[in-house]
Amino acid sequence: MSTHKGVLWKIRMLNIFLTSTRRVRITRLHGARGLGTSPAASCPKVCIVGGGPAGFYTAQHLVKTRPDVQVDIYERLPVPFGLVRFGVAPDHPEVKNVMNTFTQTAQHARCSFHGNVSVGKDVTVQELQEAYHAVVLSYGAEGNRTLGVPGEDLAGVHSAKDFVGWYNGLPTNRDLRPDLRCETAVILGQGNVALDVARILLSPVDILKVRDLSLLRPCNNTDITQPALDTLAESSVRRVLIVGRRGPLQLACTIKELREMVNLPGTRPEMEASDFECIAKMLKVLPRPRKRLTELLLKVAVETPEETELERRNSAKRAWGFRFFRSPVEILPSDDLTRAAGIRLAVNRLEGEGEDVWAVTTGEVEDVECGLVISSIGYKSLPIDPAVPFDPRKHIIPNTMGRVQKCAGLYCSGWVKRGPTGVIATTMNDSFDTARTLLHDMDEGTLDISTVKPGSAGVTTILEKRGVKPVLFSDWEKIDSEESKRGEARGKPREKLLDVGEMLKVAWT
Amino acid sequence: MAASASVRSSVGLTLRLSRVIPDCSKCPFNRLNSYFNGVAGLSKVDRFRTLNRHLQTSRGLYHSEESAGAEDPEEDAVNVVYIDRSGKRIPVKAKVGDNAMYLAHRHNIELEGACEASLACSTCHVYVNRDHFNKLPEPEEREDDMLDMAPALQENSRLSCQIILTQELDGIELTLPKVTRNFYVDGHVPKPH
Repeated sequence: MSTHKGVLWKIRMLNIFLTSTRRVRITRLHGARGLGTSPAASCPKVCIVGGGPAGFYTAQHLVKTRPDVQVDIYERLPVPFGLVRFGVAPDHPEVKNVMNTFTQTAQHARCSFHGNVSVGKDVTVQELQEAYHAVVLSYGAEGNRTLGVPGEDLAGVHSAKDFVGWYNGLPTNRDLRPDLRCETAVILGQGNVALDVARILLSPVDILKVRDLSLLRPCNNTDITQPALDTLAESSVRRVLIVGRRGPLQLACTIKELREMVNLPGTRPEMEASDFECIAKMLKVLPRPRKRLTELLLKVAVETPEETELERRNSAKRAWGFRFFRSPVEILPSDDLTRAAGIRLAVNRLEGEGEDVWAVTTGEVEDVECGLVISSIGYKSLPIDPAVPFDPRKHIIPNTMGRVQKCAGLYCSGWVKRGPTGVIATTMNDSFDTARTLLHDMDEGTLDISTVKPGSAGVTTILEKRGVKPVLFSDWEKIDSEESKRGEARGKPREKLLDVGEMLKVAWT
Repeated sequence: MAASASVRSSVGLTLRLSRVIPDCSKCPFNRLNSYFNGVAGLSKVDRFRTLNRHLQTSRGLYHSEESAGAEDPEEDAVNVVYIDRSGKRIPVKAKVGDNAMYLAHRHNIELEGACEASLACSTCHVYVNRDHFNKLPEPEEREDDMLDMAPALQENSRLSCQIILTQELDGIELTLPKVTRNFYVDGHVPKPH
C-alpha cells in the first residue's frame, strides 16, 4: 500500500515537469505497475550514489541507451556536479560548461536528482539495493593521501584538497582561512591540482576578478569565492616552489596547465638548469604528449628567452619553479613551535628506466624556508558503508569492469572505481563503460529486473521517517539562481553559497 | 562553372577564416554566447544556430553578388560518414559551415562535447580518414594541447568541434575512438603509488 502511495506521489512529481503527451504515457506505465498486473510494465530502476561527473555521465549513458530505465542520483550536498563545481579551478570556466550537459541529464524525464542525502548515514546501501534493481557507487575520492612526515599538523600546512575546496566554496572548507602572510609557498606534488593551486596563489588578483582581455581566453569573470578573493588580495606570497620526487620526464601535470604557468602575467620561472641535463636527447623517443610537455618545459627552463620574454621576466614580481628529485622529510616549525617555517627535503636520485623509474634518497637533505606548505600528492576514496567491499591498499572498490566483486546488483564508476587520476574525458569513458556493463547485465539477465522495485518512492519513505528532506533538481535551480543573482551584483558569474544551512533555506523557500 | 568554383573557393576561404569562431575570445559572437550562457541560459543548440547564421550570412553575400538563386542547393551539401564504436557507418548529409561535433549531436551520434567547443576538454575526439585529415587546416596549439589529453590518441586524431565542413571535405570519415579501458593522459595505465 505504501508503495502504491509512493508511486502516486511520484506521478504527481513527474506531472509537474512533463509535457502532456509524456504525462499520459508515463501515468499509464506507472498506473499499470501500481496495480501490479504485469511485471513487464515495471521499468528497471537504477540508483546512482554521488552527483559528480562520474554519476552524471553514468546516468546519461543509461537513460540515453535504454528507453525504459529510471535513474535516480543521490548526492550528499544540496548542490550537484561534484568536482566540476568544487574542484575545477575558478579561472577555467570553459571546463564548467559541462554543467549544461549534466543539467540536461538531470532534467531528463527518466532521471531525477536527490541532493542532501548522505548514503551510508541517512540511508544504507542495502536499503538502496532493496529499492532499486541496481546501485552504482560513483561517490569519488573525498579523502587525501597524507605526507606521513613530522610537522604535518602545524598551522600553515594544508592539503591541496582543502585549499582547493576553500577557494571553490566547499562548505566543509569554508573556515580554512589560510594564512598567506609569507613570501614562499611550497607545494608538494606536480600534478594538475598542484599547478591550479600555484596559479591561484600567483595570479594577479585582477585576473581572478575579471579575466584579462589581453589573454587569449574567453573574457569571463571567475566564480572564486569572495572570502578567498579577499584573502588572496592581501597575500604576501611571491614565490611558489612545486616539488616532485622524480624528474622532469615524470612531471605529472598536463601541457595546458604548464602553459598557463608559463604565460601567467607578472611571474617568471625559476628553475634549476642542472635538473634538465640529458633531457633534450631523450625527446625523440618520447610519446607525443610527453614529448610536447617536455619541449615546453625545456623551452622555459633551459633556452635563452627572446628579448620581449626576457623583459617580461625581468619586470615580474612573482616567481614559480619546479624542484625535482626532492621528497619531504619534515615540516620545520617556527621558533615558537606554532606554525610552519620551512621544510626539509631529501635529495633523490632515480633508479630504473622510462616511465618505470622510482626515486631513491641519496642521504643528502636541503632546507627551504617557507610559511605555507600545500600537499598535493593525491586524493583517495574512502569506504562508504560496511556492506560494500573496499580495497584498503588501493583505496578503491574492488571491481571487474565496474561490477563490484561478489555483490550482485552493485556497480561503481569514476574515481572510486579506478583511483583519482585523469581528466574529465577519462571519467566520462570510465562511466560509460560501467553503464555499458550494467546494461549488458540487464540484457543478459545476470541482473534481475523482473521484480517490481519502489525506486525513489521507497527511499523517500525511509528518508521521511528519519527526518531527511531531499533537495530536488528544481530546488537546486533556486540555489543556482540565487547564486547567479549574488554574482551579478559583484560582476561575477556566480557567488557560491558557502553554508549548507543557507543552501537548504534557499532551496525550500 | 568557373564562377561557381570561385564562389566555392571564396566560401572555403571565408569558412577557413571563420573556423576560429567557436573559440575566439575576441569575436563578439563568442562574448555574446558566453553572456547568453551565463545570463539568459540559451540552450546549446540555440547558440550553435547563432554561430551558424553568422557563417551563412557571409555565404549569402556571395550568392547575391554572383548568381543569386541560380545555384543548386545540393552545391552546399557535404557528405559526412561517422563510424561509431561498434564499427557501424552512419552517413549524414551536412552543409558547408557545419561544425562536425554539433552535426553529430543533431544526428544523435554518441559523441560528447563537454566544454561546448571552447577547447577545454577532449571529449569530442575523433579519428579522421587519411585523405581528409591532410585537407584540414593545421590544429592550433590549444587543440594540440587538448589532444594530448585525449584517451587513445592517434596520428589522425582531431577534436571534432574544430572541424568546420567545407566542400573540400566532402566524403570525410570520422571514427569515434573505442575506449574500453582506462587510459592515462599519455597512454599508459597508471600504477598505484
